Order: sequence, then C-alpha cells, then structure tokens
Amino acid sequence: MKYVLLLFGTTQDAQRWEEMTEEARAQQYEQVGRWFAEHHSKIGGSHQLQPPHTATSVRFASDGQTYVTDGPFLEGNEVIGGYIEVNVADLDEALLMAKTWPGRGTVEIRPIIEH
Amino acid sequence: MQETACDDTHSALSAVFREEAGKLVGALVRILGNFEVAEELVQDALLIALERWPVEGIPERPGAWLMTVARNRALDQLRRDARFREKLPAFEQAGHTEASEQDDRLRLMFMCCHPALSRESQVALTLRAVCGFTTAEIAHALLASEAAVARRIVRARQKIVQAGIPYRIPRDEELDERLSEVLAVLYLMFNEGYLTSGGGTPSRRDLAEDAAWLTAYVTRLYPGEPEPLGLLALMRLQLARVEARFDPAGELILLANQDRSRWNHQMISEATAMIVRAAALKRPGPYQVQAALAACHAEAESWETTDWQQILVLYDFLLRMMPSPVVRLNRAVALLYVDGPEAALAEVENLAGDLADYHLFHAIRGELLLDLGRREQARAAELRALTLTENRAERSLLQRRLADL
Repeated sequence: MKYVLLLFGTTQDAQRWEEMTEEARAQQYEQVGRWFAEHHSKIGGSHQLQPPHTATSVRFASDGQTYVTDGPFLEGNEVIGGYIEVNVADLDEALLMAKTWPGRGTVEIRPIIEH
Repeated sequence: MQETACDDTHSALSAVFREEAGKLVGALVRILGNFEVAEELVQDALLIALERWPVEGIPERPGAWLMTVARNRALDQLRRDARFREKLPAFEQAGHTEASEQDDRLRLMFMCCHPALSRESQVALTLRAVCGFTTAEIAHALLASEAAVARRIVRARQKIVQAGIPYRIPRDEELDERLSEVLAVLYLMFNEGYLTSGGGTPSRRDLAEDAAWLTAYVTRLYPGEPEPLGLLALMRLQLARVEARFDPAGELILLANQDRSRWNHQMISEATAMIVRAAALKRPGPYQVQAALAACHAEAESWETTDWQQILVLYDFLLRMMPSPVVRLNRAVALLYVDGPEAALAEVENLAGDLADYHLFHAIRGELLLDLGRREQARAAELRALTLTENRAERSLLQRRLADL
C-alpha cells in the first residue's frame, strides 16, 4: 500500500526550527539522514518545506471567486489531502496552476528548500 | 528662517528620492536578480545621500550619484558572494549610465504590491523600495515603531526571494487583479498621509503626496485603464480641500463647516475632467464612483445645497460593487438629507453588528440622535466614539462636540 507522509507541525515548532543554531540543525539533519538510510528502500520523493511565513494561499470561495492571501492556510478542521510537486519559473506560474485546480478547499503553495 | 530652509531641503530631497529610488532599485533587481540585495544597496546609498546632500548640495545628476555609491559599496560585497560573481561585469557597466529601462519602476511596484504579500508589507515595501523612504520615515509616517517596520520589511523581502515573487509586468489575464492591488496600496498610503497630516505632526516625507505622484505615474503608463484615473481624481479632490481642513489652532474642520472659498477650484475642475475621461472608457469601478461622490461635494456651493439625491444614487451604485458596511454608513448620512433623521438612524442601527468597533459609526449615530433630540443617548454614542480612535485631530473634534452637548 502506498502512503504519503505529511509532516505537520505547530507554529511553535516552526519557530523553534528558525531559532536553532547551525550546529543543532546539523545534528537534527544527521538524525533524519540516519532514519532515511535505515528505511531507504521504502522511500520515494520527499521535501522539507520553507517556514510557514513563506507560504501563499489561494482560497476557492462559494461565490466562485478565488482569494490570494499571505501565509499558510491555518484552519483547525482542515487536513492536507495531497502534495503535488511542481517545477515552474516563478510564483505567478504556480498561482496560475493553483487557481485552475479543479478541487475544493484551499491550495497552499510552499517553496521548498533546495539542499 | 532656519526651519524654512530645512523644509525646502527636505522637500527637495523628497522629490529627488521619489524620482530616483524606484528606478534605481528596479535597475539593480534587473542586473543582480535579487530583490533583497538590490533594495538594501539602494537604502544604504539613500542614507549616505541624506547625510551628505544637505551639506554638499544635491548633485546635478542625483541618479548617477546614487548608482555610483551603490555600485562602490556593493563591489567588494558582491565579489565575495558566489551567487553574484558572474553578475559583476554587468553591474560595473551600469555605474556609467543613469538610464534604466522605462518600466523598471512599474515592475518594482507590481512586485512590492504582489497579492502574496500582506497589505502592511506591501505598503512598507512600496514606501521603501519605490519611494525611497528610510525605515525611520516609514515608522514615523505610519505611527509604528522603527523595529516593527524593519522586521516587516526584512520578512517581506525574504518572502519575495524565497517564494519566487517575480520582477515583471503582469500578464494581461492578471492585470486587473494586480492593478487593483497596486491601487489599494496607493489609496491606503494616501489615507494614512491624509489623516495624520496637518494638526502639527511635521514629517520629512508627505505620504499623501507620494501616493498621488505614484498614482499619476500609473495613469500615464495605463492610459486605457479608468480606475487609476478615478483614484487620482479622488486623491486630487481630497487634496483640493487641504487648506480648509484645519483651523489656525490646528483643529480639524468637518466638510460641512469648511470655508469653500479656500478650496483649490482649479484642482477640482481638473479632477472632474479626469472623472469624465475615465467615464468615457465605459468601465465603471469603485474608485471612479468614489471620485464622483467627492466631486458632488466639491461642486456644491455649500453643505446645504449639495445634491444629496445624486449622492444617494452614487452610493447605491457603489454598494453594488462594494457591499461594505462602511459604505452603507456613509450612504446613511446622505439619506439623512434626503429622507430625514429617522430613516437615516434606522439604516445606521442596522449596521451596529458590523461596525460596533468603528468610531465613525458611533459618531454619526450620535449626530443623528442629537438631531432627534435624544441628548443623553447622543452623548453616550459620542463618548463611545472617543474610546475607539487615537487620532489626535478626530479626538479633539469629538471632545468639542461633547462639550457642546
């Protein structure tokens, strides 16, 4: 069976990550690396995302309009239904794709960290 | 004497920064491909200019001067940064010319006003990158702390770089949305400037002036778009009343009581001509309607002889585009003069849920209650209004009204 692991965190977690020293972060990455090595035969594509404040949200409202806002989508009863990796020229192209998504709810556009 | 010379220098500097900063940031973004670095370099150059020009005089070619300073400061820094090493030759070339591409400032405006940025970030970035305000000047203009403004700008610049907000003119399909973001930012800037001006807070930069200047710039670049023209007309109509807004003691005078002979009637007729030009493009919009509303007042000889019926019609039109409670509140004031205080008060009471925290709701309600002879309730409403605004001029006005009750 296939799954996608969606790594949720609270805003406090994100804050803590931002404030870690280079050293502490390197240690964290090392632990992650060891976990990846142990399970590598089961792992496909993956990405760590930039912090929440870099996000842009496109909301499809019931009146048929789309609303673009600064920041991640933070609604308590919403969960992530999918993760689509796109490779486009800039945020405007990503926004064009998100706006034509034939779905409901919200699409959060988060830039990835390229290691 | 000293003060006037200072004022002259400040307004001369403001004019130059306004003219040059945006073009320079735009050119550097184009050359270096990085907004954060470009913006910081120009801000450094402006700070140096602020120190040197009042003493040495404004150079004959201020744009070239700023570019040279930015270039010299940057060359060492950039040589050490691998990201920019291959851009250096282009940068060294740029120092020898003043000219930047025609649309650099426009691209920059669209970037700073991108919908992915919050409204406060859009305003702060536009002021800094496009108008050449220093962080201190922005903080002063927006009545915020310098640290808070600095933080906001750093995060907004980071977002531009990390989220890939592009530096370009929007595609045709995006233009309406993007232009209305730019106009919203400019109108917000204008109102911040307009509200805090006069009444004794001297400032080195005039937000309202900068906003009007940029709006005029947008109308020149988009002559086929009616809303920028509408917004410019709206701003000019408000600016036309500037001499009548405050009494010699620095107290705010309401529109109803202003000495209309002190209004700039030349500006008013120019603004009205703009509204007509916009209307000829046959695409009505909220700024055009708001300008038409302001024109109704501007063309009336007195508050009493204002065409309130026409104003009511215009508010109805505006409400279809912008069904907001604040617009309905303003419409209720027109209703007062067309249908009387009871009808107006009934309308206003309907808005209590939406506008409980809006000081003007309570102030207007207070006026209507007074018209109906309900003094105690009027007093309570005005007191409520007082608790909800920190604007010095407005508080003073409310306090004077309370004293009369």
